[in-house]
Amino acid sequence: MSEAVKNVQKRGQPIRNVNITDITMNYKQPPSAIVSILHRISGFVLFLALPFLLYLFEQSLRSEISFAHFAGIVSHPFTKIVILGLSWGYLHHFCAGIRHLFMDNHMALDKDASQRTARYVLAVSLALTVLVALKLFGVF
Amino acid sequence: MAHTPKNIGQRRLVVGAHYGMRDWLAQRVTAIVMVIFTVILLVSFLTGQNFTYEGWAGLFARQWFKLFTMVTFFGLFYHVWVGIRDIWMDYVKPVGIRLTLQIATVLWLLACAAWTVQILWSV
Repeated sequence: MSEAVKNVQKRGQPIRNVNITDITMNYKQPPSAIVSILHRISGFVLFLALPFLLYLFEQSLRSEISFAHFAGIVSHPFTKIVILGLSWGYLHHFCAGIRHLFMDNHMALDKDASQRTARYVLAVSLALTVLVALKLFGVF
Repeated sequence: MAHTPKNIGQRRLVVGAHYGMRDWLAQRVTAIVMVIFTVILLVSFLTGQNFTYEGWAGLFARQWFKLFTMVTFFGLFYHVWVGIRDIWMDYVKPVGIRLTLQIATVLWLLACAAWTVQILWSV
């Protein structure tokens, strides 16, 4: 047992759990932790965005008139930025999910390999998002 | 010698409702279906030129793609249920609020599933 823990126990204070400020400010999070929390946040944000996305999907498919309406909505720069943000969320969730599937099959489970694959997830999802951004803003 | 039931004494299972494995597996299976669907749509989005109603609706007018999309979305909603339920279980401790949120999630996802069918079969 370390000296710090002993000292705390001597003074009769309970050992406290890790709290939110420890997670967000005091400790540097490893790549795997960042991927993990972004996986959860992106999943939740996509869940909240479901009505917006289904509405766009509906407008794009129902008729030529609704398609023109859909095209009008998504050509607005603000909508493009929202869609780009959701695309990043989706692509991150996608890549992090594939990493999970590999780990379920006992691949890349040790400390170094898991941090390396976590970095790949962050990099690949950002690269794919850049591709989507270029396409969305009409570069190619 | 008397017959010994399998679920008493040391053999008795004392933990879990045993839906964990099923949901864990369902989340993985639906994920694989969504990966395939995503790759198809992402490649067609990134390689496609002049996005028109004819091309887009034509893709979804095909029966096999309609059914594939429906299966993917139903899988998505099941996947969402597992994930969102985990979030409520992790962060919402009062049982009443948690149960309310869980019920609202299920009802909302059922509505989304019906909406998806309506969208797909309007093409």
